[in-house]
Amino acid sequence: MGKVNLNRVPMPKQDPQIRVKNFNEVALGYGYQQAKAEAERCIQCPKPTCIEGCPVEINITGFIKAIVDGDMPEAVKVLKDKNSLPGICGRVCPQETQCESKCIFAKKGAPIAIGRLARYVADWEQANLKPSVLPSVKTNLTGKRVAVVGSGPASLTAAADLAKMGHGVTIFEALHAAGGVLTYGIPEFRLPKHIVRTEVDYVKSLGVEIKLDYVVGKKITVDELLNNNYQAVFLGIGAGLPLFLKIPGENLNGVYSANEFLTRVNLMKAYRFPDYYTPIKVGKRIAVIGGGNVAMDSARTALRLGAEEVYIVYRRSEVEMPARQEEIENAKEEGIKFKLLTSPKRFLGNEQNWLVAMECYKMELGEPDSGGRRRPIVIRGSEFAMDVDIVIVALGTTPNPLIAATTQGLEITDKGTIIADETTGKTTKPEVWAGGDIISGSATVISAMGAGKRAAASINAYLMDSK
Amino acid sequence: MYKIISKRDLVPKIHLLKIAEPTLAKKSQPGQFVLIRIDEEGERIPLNIADWDENEGNVTVVFFENGATTHKLALLKEGDFIANFVGPLGVPTRIEKFGHVVCIAGGVATGFIIPMAKALKSKGNKVTSIIWEKTEKMVFWEDRLASASDKLIVATEDGSYGRKGSAPMLLKEMLESGERIDQVNAMGPGPMLKACSEVTRPFGVKTIVSLHSIMVDGIGMCGSCRVSVGGVTKFACVDGPDFDGHQVDWGLFFARNAIYIKEEKIAFDKHLA
Repeated sequence: MGKVNLNRVPMPKQDPQIRVKNFNEVALGYGYQQAKAEAERCIQCPKPTCIEGCPVEINITGFIKAIVDGDMPEAVKVLKDKNSLPGICGRVCPQETQCESKCIFAKKGAPIAIGRLARYVADWEQANLKPSVLPSVKTNLTGKRVAVVGSGPASLTAAADLAKMGHGVTIFEALHAAGGVLTYGIPEFRLPKHIVRTEVDYVKSLGVEIKLDYVVGKKITVDELLNNNYQAVFLGIGAGLPLFLKIPGENLNGVYSANEFLTRVNLMKAYRFPDYYTPIKVGKRIAVIGGGNVAMDSARTALRLGAEEVYIVYRRSEVEMPARQEEIENAKEEGIKFKLLTSPKRFLGNEQNWLVAMECYKMELGEPDSGGRRRPIVIRGSEFAMDVDIVIVALGTTPNPLIAATTQGLEITDKGTIIADETTGKTTKPEVWAGGDIISGSATVISAMGAGKRAAASINAYLMDSK
Repeated sequence: MYKIISKRDLVPKIHLLKIAEPTLAKKSQPGQFVLIRIDEEGERIPLNIADWDENEGNVTVVFFENGATTHKLALLKEGDFIANFVGPLGVPTRIEKFGHVVCIAGGVATGFIIPMAKALKSKGNKVTSIIWEKTEKMVFWEDRLASASDKLIVATEDGSYGRKGSAPMLLKEMLESGERIDQVNAMGPGPMLKACSEVTRPFGVKTIVSLHSIMVDGIGMCGSCRVSVGGVTKFACVDGPDFDGHQVDWGLFFARNAIYIKEEKIAFDKHLA
């Protein structure tokens, strides 16, 4: 064992003053010397606890060792053995609460930067080994076919694993581009779309067919899929419906859901209007309601589109914010202002229905709620107004009811999530599995990927058992 | 990519595109719509489904040129392709036996109300249809809608063809003359939908309006198309496009449909002027 080195190699980033004026990626990624230096900090625990923290069980110490050895093709191979989307995960996984939190150096505040190293390996592959180094797989060896609905992280992972197991896989995606939230939700500056495209192409290279513009529940139902030569269906349809506050004025012009704001920018490229036809209203003073990653993404996007002042309005304090610490820091560096312990009461408009201001309550924190976070309580008489011309509501999302409503025998909870076994993803309907946000409500990319992986294993066992 | 297998200019500014899409042709129902995107730079806009042919595997849309995207769409020719053509979206129009149903088509809507009139008629309803256009040269498919209805009335605003006047005016006449109407189904410009709803309100005649809102995904993800109906926020893309016209907050509907008027002009000037 080498001597303990607690100096995490910092991630090089674009300067805040410059990056607020562009949509290029903020985190620039390690170079080889940086990656090697960080990888060498890993002491290669005989029983690596980091792997326990990884929902897809990547052989973390294995790929780190390959970096130290300078054997990058081997690092790629080890990483992609369990994770088909490493460039995406390396960028957007909350490693600080997963693998890195289990690193033995975490207690000393300096866990190995596993996420950054994973990203380094994925980027190295994209730069040096097009197409993939992995041996090409013979597709559909088993003669079994699986329909995967949606093309977000859960679906892409399930599809890739099922294809590797030799099954024929077709993905049905409602939008005109694959990737789900990776494409329409997470901004370019945090997850460049060429990374998503390359990893989607990798999944395709495994033999997975992707049908775009295909709204399951409208163009075809799950039952029709099962009657049309698919022996199993995986539903990775995410939680697509935006939540609103249900307060007066919410339908004023200028009040966006984060889904709409981000979809216009990311999927439709409204940041390049009018070269691209999709418009977006930017405004001068913007308030983003919410404290999660989507709120940070929305606020930072608004800033890049030219807003003068952007506020995060959150009803609890900063410690309760669900956003990643890194994203909160990035937002602060860029000049996003935080209005904490503040909750909107109503939105005020002019005669033309345009938003002009937002009335808010000040809040205080009470006892912890069932989720363990301290409950926000309205302070009576504390109302105050903020002049804003655009509001982006980033309160989270709920499941899209379209598929449940059109599928016989698929049971859902009162929250609209599909009921499924946690370890296998099996739903109440035979031959149908589900995973990701459609089961859990809004969660993370990596947890969706873990669910996709477990469902793929369960589907494989089912298909190999049945004649 | 989806191939345009035929293109026709029906009357000034109103065009027909027949698109090859066999699966959609099997699934379309009256009152539904598609979302289209012309090319990589394009926006997604909803267009009403005008017709579908299961045997030939195609779907027809009829649209009015009123923005950058529809202008550009009107320039396409037979054999061209569009990038995306997604559907069938929206809840199909409720087709039941109501009794006497008046189907009102304003402007471009004659192009896509026919499947609805046909379906209502085949359910045993007596169907009276009204075509309302500005002037004679905008009247089209009178024969087609006539054969899908028991009775057809054509009105033009300037009186150059058929009755002089508006669809709401004709509707009011019918109601005031004591003619029994069990339901009105209206498609067309927002102000006409609103006016028809106001006419029927005192008579308590159920009035279903098909709302054309601004959409992005068309599958309930974004809320761009939200409308207030009976005080409750609904998404026109997944809860509609059909709503009870007496319950719609029309002021909000018009205001939200005007959000991007400035940008619409900028895009037009950049690409099409």
